[in-house]
Amino acid sequence: MFETLDQIFVLLQHWLVGFLPLAWQSVAGVLLSVVVIIGLFPALFALTTVFERKGLGRIQNRLGPNRVGPFGFFQPVADGIKSLTKEDIVPLSADVAVHFLAPVLLVVSVFMGFAVLPMGRNMVLVDMDAGLLFYFAIGASTELSVFMAGWSSRNKYSLMGAMRAVAQMISYEVVLLLSSVTVVMIAGSLSLTKIVEAQNHYTWGLPHWYIFTPWGLAGFVMFTIAATAETNRSPFDLPEGESELVAGYHTEYSGFKFALFFLGEYLAMFSISGLGTTLFLGGWSAPFSFLTWIPSWIWFFSKLMLSIFVFIWMRGTLPRLRQDQLMNFAWKFVLPMCLLNLFVAGLWRFLGASWQRWVFCSAILILAYIGMGLGEMRRKHIGPRRYRYAE
Amino acid sequence: MSFVFYILSALTVAGALAAVLLKNTVHCALALTVAFAGLALLFLDLHAQFAGFAQILVYIGAVAILVVFAILLTKGSETPKDGVFSKTWLAGLAVAAAVFAVLGWAVLQSTSRLPQDVKAPTVTVQQIGQSLVGRYVLPLEIVAVLLTAAMIGAVIIALHEKEGLQ
Repeated sequence: MFETLDQIFVLLQHWLVGFLPLAWQSVAGVLLSVVVIIGLFPALFALTTVFERKGLGRIQNRLGPNRVGPFGFFQPVADGIKSLTKEDIVPLSADVAVHFLAPVLLVVSVFMGFAVLPMGRNMVLVDMDAGLLFYFAIGASTELSVFMAGWSSRNKYSLMGAMRAVAQMISYEVVLLLSSVTVVMIAGSLSLTKIVEAQNHYTWGLPHWYIFTPWGLAGFVMFTIAATAETNRSPFDLPEGESELVAGYHTEYSGFKFALFFLGEYLAMFSISGLGTTLFLGGWSAPFSFLTWIPSWIWFFSKLMLSIFVFIWMRGTLPRLRQDQLMNFAWKFVLPMCLLNLFVAGLWRFLGASWQRWVFCSAILILAYIGMGLGEMRRKHIGPRRYRYAE
Repeated sequence: MSFVFYILSALTVAGALAAVLLKNTVHCALALTVAFAGLALLFLDLHAQFAGFAQILVYIGAVAILVVFAILLTKGSETPKDGVFSKTWLAGLAVAAAVFAVLGWAVLQSTSRLPQDVKAPTVTVQQIGQSLVGRYVLPLEIVAVLLTAAMIGAVIIALHEKEGLQ
């Protein structure tokens, strides 16, 4: 019974597609999955906006939205109606074609990223041999859309926000890729389904998720930092910092185009949390071997929502990083740790299965972390402020 | 020569033409990005998954951003006063046609020597990886040294400007 429940969406798809002639069946199957993804993730996005506003409100000792519906849960409906009926203002000197295409490009590339995530057993839209590479390639297109948005608005605040956002996204993309490369090294494949299957084994009831290894934990922490920076979430949200830049690169967007940017940002958050879950948290596999009867897609979405909760928690707790602070952090601390993590993952693999590899790998990572942290702090002169003026 | 190939090549050629014929330089850079995307899709049509995705990741994700930043930070984004087309366009056209003729002749010559019924080999990412660290490890290391030299050079150039101004 539980196997049927696990595969219920696959069986439902096959049953629905069986009504069509044979030649159309594969196309119809793909179309059906695409429609489900396009319907499901924006619905999750609506739910997440409510959770975020209520969650941030409670962290900040206030209530959050509580007027529309029970405990404010119909707030996204109100927001949707508002964004549909607002006037779409385009600045007079803006570049109309590029201004129009920027949110379109963002939403299209973010939706394409969902195609390779394995959301359950046998539940990938496209099972590619180089699935991880496809995901990163598509993610690189989002930077272009941010730049297009900022430049086409002919607004200095937008342009500055866009330049900062692109600089931040390029720097942290290197970190994102390098921390995923360790997983690829150990799993031996770029295909996301094979990476999940490599983690789906249990020893003494505990799973072989990569987060439970020293290099996996370090990789997961760096992946989370890079994911927060890639999606411009707090504490890395200087490009859309409300107190500095009005709204950064989406200042000049109103109405539905702004809603598309908002949608794109949250969907990017979902998609990168999905990728982190697949790479480090075991994707759709259960945490304990006696819990494997719960369907795989429930596990995947629970881990996804847990990651979203952690993102919201970080937003409410940590202050924003300044641009030079976040760039320094990326290039001088996280990137060397990433390279060391690659070396440690190689050492893990070649020491074979023994207790020594746990001790050595953990020791190297902890010593490097403490050493580099102390080294960086000694160079910071904490004293009266010195001013440097722009040239 | 399938239908998909015609559509993709039309997209690439349109992007490349727009990149040289448009007046606004940033529009030209974005049209060039469309040409890059067309090339990547052509790679994917030939079942070269790694080459296609690496093209998107490197060209659209990094080179296009670089080109756009370079246009922004210099005065290139304003339309030049004396037109965008060069005065020696006839000589340029002749040279380009000659290069194209030589390349086309070389490619057509080589295809006539291959056996007619050979299937294209399916290359997996693992084979690419193994040949990179196996047979082609020396070119890989030389490219790595070249990239490191380029990075150090870029940092030195950027540093020098600040020292010079002070």
